[in-house]
Amino acid sequence: MWPALSVLLLTTLLGVGQGLFFAVYCVQVLERFALRAGPQDARFYPLAAALALAFLAAGLAASFFHLGRPERAWRAAAMWRTSWLAREVIALPAFMGCVALYGLAHWLGWRAHEVLPGVDVTLALGAAATLLCFALFVCTGMIYACLKFLPEWHTPLTVLNYALFGCASGLMLATAYAAFLEPGLVRYLAGWTAGFTLVALLSRGAALVRNARLKRRSTLQTAIGVKHPRIRQTAQGFMGGSFNTREFFHGRSDAAVRSVKWAFLLLVFPAPLALLAAGLATPSAGLLAAAFVVQYLGLLAERWFFFAQADHPQNLYYQRIS
Amino acid sequence: MTQLALVIDLNVCVGCHACVTSCKEWNTSGAAGVLSDDNPYGRDPTGTFFNRVQTFEVGEYPNTQTVHFPKSCLHCEDPPCVPVCPTGASYKRAADGIVLVDYDKCIGCKYCAWACPYGVRELDAHEKVMKKCTLCVDRIYDELLPAADRRPACVMACPTNARLFGDVHDPASEVSQAIRERAGYALMPEWGTSPANHYLPRRRAEVKVRAEDLARVDNPLKVDGKLPRPRPDEPALDDVTSW
Repeated sequence: MWPALSVLLLTTLLGVGQGLFFAVYCVQVLERFALRAGPQDARFYPLAAALALAFLAAGLAASFFHLGRPERAWRAAAMWRTSWLAREVIALPAFMGCVALYGLAHWLGWRAHEVLPGVDVTLALGAAATLLCFALFVCTGMIYACLKFLPEWHTPLTVLNYALFGCASGLMLATAYAAFLEPGLVRYLAGWTAGFTLVALLSRGAALVRNARLKRRSTLQTAIGVKHPRIRQTAQGFMGGSFNTREFFHGRSDAAVRSVKWAFLLLVFPAPLALLAAGLATPSAGLLAAAFVVQYLGLLAERWFFFAQADHPQNLYYQRIS
Repeated sequence: MTQLALVIDLNVCVGCHACVTSCKEWNTSGAAGVLSDDNPYGRDPTGTFFNRVQTFEVGEYPNTQTVHFPKSCLHCEDPPCVPVCPTGASYKRAADGIVLVDYDKCIGCKYCAWACPYGVRELDAHEKVMKKCTLCVDRIYDELLPAADRRPACVMACPTNARLFGDVHDPASEVSQAIRERAGYALMPEWGTSPANHYLPRRRAEVKVRAEDLARVDNPLKVDGKLPRPRPDEPALDDVTSW
């Protein structure tokens, strides 16, 4: 498949925004149940919500560049009964709305509001946003995982990877964010970050191993219905390019795809973890921010590889110009 | 229920691309607007087509066959492209089973093209909406046309009559008979999409000539010997045959 930059940005930016919100909400829950000390700075929650919103809005903006007719995007929620894309189109603004309300409630100091005595409004809003956050992970992942004839994507690991990468990169950003605003939280946020990154490594590794052993169900024989072991295309029907030759091919050599794979395996996992450890040991907020940036670039490479690796069965029909 | 479809006879398709050009001509001139056609005579021509004729070589030299393979939307009975559409622009008509795109609702997200294993949907580079074969829906119901012309443009154009058009749910239709009697098959059956369009396979074109086809032999199977003549004193019906 063609890895469109808009989709690479959309999926990675949304993941960061969702993960950042999830990290911050976990900090609040742990503080509420007196398991960990919370942030001292009152700006911690509203600023984090604003930062998460900025990433989500950037992802949303990127998604418009994927559309041929962005002015009609409002129609895209119509078929939520059948389409995971429509479900994502509903889940994303709902989640953004909840995060905005969550940040606003923190900013206005509604944690113990006299209107609702005994109820922490922010905690309730955050719970709703967390549900929507994971609903959004499922929607985003299922857009790819539900396509049964793209075997590289048609696995629960796709959904799991989207969620784990989102959480890992969001936690990485939360760690860097805390280093600037609330250094007391850095150490345990960094612990979670490392944990999620390692679990994501396991899950993505499992997907890589699985995809390396795939057996394709569609062949040239089933594609044209001729049962002969030796078939080759001599003409695809036109001399130039077409939508079919552009949208479903990454247009790079196998060696380039392999090097992107090793690049993301390096940039998403060991490199940011090393920077994270260095940032904790120094301690240096700059190194932690660098860890996030490096991991984000790695995630762009990961998403590029995710698309490039998917070999669409329609490619059987478009192998040779003449 | 009606399910209109094409049945394409690979045994007689000669790969002349008349269906491709006829389809393009009809569908670029309709009310839905032009189909993109950039640099048609230039170095890198590109454009939107509903129908393509591809060529495959089957076998190993010198025992090869050339198979010309026209490919357009198969109007699946369970189309995977329809449920994924977020806007409902992509739909399957209940009345006649044609899978269509509402060009006014399509947002050009290309998700339906990802969800089609056959690669028959093409995004129009200028209108930025997904386009595909309509089975000439603006032609087959047009009562201003003579009844014989109410068929898809590709079917009208085919010089070898390799393209049949009709209702595959009607067991008495020409297309159903062709599928039944000439081993019609669907593409990529492994995905359960139940394509409505079918293909008729290549057939062996060997003619076996036996000696007895050229010169008549008397009693070739030698099963009935001559009956014995009755003795003259025995009764006979006609003086020749025995009882």
